[in-house]
Parts: sequence; C-alpha cells; structure tokens
Amino acid sequence: MTKKKETFEDMLKRLEQISHLLESENIGLDESLKLYEEGIILSKKCYAKLEEAELKITELKKQNEFNPE
Amino acid sequence: MVEKETHNALTVSEISSLIKQSLEDEFSNVSVVGEISNFKAHYSGHWYFTLKDASAQINCTMWKGLNSYVFFKPQDGMKVIISGRVTVYPPRGNYQIDIRSMKPAGEGELQAAFERLKKKLAAEGLFDEVYKKPIPEYPNRIGIVTAINGAAFQDMISVAKRRYPLLEIIIASSKVQGEGAAEEIALRIQELNKLPGIDLLIVGRGGGSLEDLWAFNEEIVARAIFNSSVPVISAVGHEIDFTISDFAADLRAPTPSAAMELATPDINEIFAFINEFPYTFAKNMDDIINVRFDKLNSIKNSYGFRTTRDLVKNRSQFLDNLFYKFDNTFSKKILKYRTEAELLSKHLESFDTNRILKKGFALVKQKDKFIKRAAELDASGKMIIKFFDNEITLN
Repeated sequence: MTKKKETFEDMLKRLEQISHLLESENIGLDESLKLYEEGIILSKKCYAKLEEAELKITELKKQNEFNPE
Repeated sequence: MVEKETHNALTVSEISSLIKQSLEDEFSNVSVVGEISNFKAHYSGHWYFTLKDASAQINCTMWKGLNSYVFFKPQDGMKVIISGRVTVYPPRGNYQIDIRSMKPAGEGELQAAFERLKKKLAAEGLFDEVYKKPIPEYPNRIGIVTAINGAAFQDMISVAKRRYPLLEIIIASSKVQGEGAAEEIALRIQELNKLPGIDLLIVGRGGGSLEDLWAFNEEIVARAIFNSSVPVISAVGHEIDFTISDFAADLRAPTPSAAMELATPDINEIFAFINEFPYTFAKNMDDIINVRFDKLNSIKNSYGFRTTRDLVKNRSQFLDNLFYKFDNTFSKKILKYRTEAELLSKHLESFDTNRILKKGFALVKQKDKFIKRAAELDASGKMIIKFFDNEITLN
C-alpha cells in the first residue's frame, strides 16, 4: 500500500463509503465491525482537520506579463 | 497652346495634395453611423474595416492605441457610430476615416452581436451538454480569474472561509473590463490550466453595465473557458446578467458569491455528518445485529426446519391415532371376552348340577324349565327327567 498523503476529500469519501456499506444489507458482521471502527477513527481525523483548517490564498503571478502587442 | 495648358495644369501630386488639404480640413471631425464589414484585427493591433450602408462604403482604420479603449470587439454586421477624421493617402489615391472612437449604434447592437456570437458558438457545439464537466464535490484547490482588488473576489473569499476553509485558492488576477480585458482573462484561464492540482476554476466579476461585463461576451473568453481541461464556473454580474461565458462554462452561477457556494461543500454539514457518525453507525450496527437475529429466526422457521419438526409432529399424531385404535379394539375385545366369560361361567355353574346328578339325584324338566317345586309340575304333561347319564322323556 502506498503511503500517499491522505487528503480530507479522500477521508470524507471513505467515511461516506463506510456509511453506505454499513447501510447495505449484504455486509458481513465481522467486516461491519471493522468498518465501524475505521469510521470512528476517520471521523475523529476529519473533525480535527476541519477544526484547524484555515483558508489558504496564493496569488498566481503573471507569468508572461500581459501585453497585447 | 499645349505649353500654356501644360503650364496651367496641376500635377497629380498637386491635385492630390489639394484634395487632401481640402478634405482633411473639411472633415477633420466627423461622426458617422454605419455597418461594419470586412473587419480585420491585424497582428500589429490595428483594426481595418469598411463602414457601409445600402449604397456607399468607406474604408476605416483604427490604430492600436485607440482601439484598446473600445470595450467590445467589432463584428461584421454590427452597426456602430464612429468619430474621427477623413485622411487622404495620395500614393494610392484613396481616402479613409481615421477613427478616434467607436461605440455601438445602440444597446440593441450589442444584443445583436451577442446573439450572433451565441448562435455561431452554439453551432460549433461549444455549449453542448456533452462537454460539460462535473463540478468536484470536495475541491482542494480552486483557481479564480477576476480582479484581485474587486469586491467579487472579496465576496468569494468570505464565502470560502465560511463554508470550506480547507480550501486553497489561487487567484490569477485579471482586468475584467476595458482595454484587453477579454484577452487577459483568456490568458489567465490558460495559465491556471497549466498548474497542477487545480480542481475547479471560477471566472467572473461583480455587477456592472452591459458594457462593463462585455469582456465575458467575447469569443476569446468563451473559447478559453471551453478549452479549459479544469471545470469552469462562470460568475458574471448579477442574477439577471447572462453572458457568453455562462453558456460556455460547465456551470453558470448567478453571482460570484453564489459561484463559491456552488463550488464548496458546507463545513457545517460535514461537521454534522462527522459528529453523527458514532451515533448513526452505532444504530446501524444494532440494525446489522438485529438483521442477523431476524435471519436466525427466519431460518429456524424455514421450510427445511419446519418439515422436520412437522415430521415429528406427524409421527406423534400417528402414534396417538394408533393408541386410540388399539384402545378401541381392545375394549371391544374385552367386552367380547367378558360376555364369553360370563357364558362360560354359566356353563361352569351347570357343571355343579352334574356333580349332584352324579350322586344319584335327578332333575325334572318340563317345557324346558327345571321344576323346582311339586306344585309347579303338570303331572299330565310331557316331562323330561334328567339323570346323570341320560334323560328320559315321559308323556
């Protein structure tokens, strides 16, 4: 498994996926327990990330200074 | 004669010069209304076209420094009012109008230009639904093309802060009206497309007059939006303002603030979802467990198990029936045996008489009855005397 940096989007998507899986009927009991645990951990991580989030603004400098000529 | 005439005659240059002087003095400041045709924007930045009406036409030039003040890109067929001066160019023997300023002959002209471009781009498929890219649900980086000092940008920032502070915003500032605005907007869209990791672009500006918003009705902007590989939300002016950019974009937002709302998920909803997870999913786990209980019960009651159980039930019933039958037959038999026993015992009783007879007593029988007293005897009737060994009948 690649240790790629997990984005908030990835985590939230996974959480949503877990939520759908847990709502589906054909899921094994053992698997659902594992998913539940993963979900709890993920929701804590997401929460922390949201709490400390701060909007980042970067200005893209004009690469080729615009000139109609 | 010839010499004199020659002496009085003007050279071509002389007459040209006189014409030039005369025309340029007479028409140093004219205002002309006409329809543009053969419009050419030269690479140098100068504009060349013909201004015409039903029965005449005149060549026109507009130099680069001046045409940059024209807020729209002229199109063939557009009716404009120009002001300028007539110039004569002797080497070619022609005249033209050197244009100082140009404006549409009315708001209707802009509307018509808008419709023409819209029709043209629509025919090319630039507005087709099939090309519309989906807007990402959770964007990481949003590129914005607008004026960094504009109110629209500040509005978008405050919406982003409130709704989704996880966001990174890359602002590619651009002029949004006037000289070269359309070209710069298009260029900034292209530049943002070259940056890695941009999920979405918002291209727009705040409200203004039709003239102010015109850059977003230019073909070059529409094409840059259409060619963007990153999805684009167009956000120009107010709710009521529709621009060509709106049609070319993947999504139209009524205002820049609305664009940021459309671009971002609401952090409060995410909080709610995350906070609820332990509760809803504890409940889900309950459900999952209950479902298993139900399943267990339904298996217990399933046909397979039921038939086995019924089999046992049926056998037991069969046994009950059997017992009942046995019982019935036995009691009948018992009854029968009892009757037989009774008969037998009567028979046995009779053996007692035999014993007496053996000793030498005799019994008198008349009309099948044993006579027990002399008074019962009919002495004249038929009678049977029973001895041990035999019976004698007396008549």
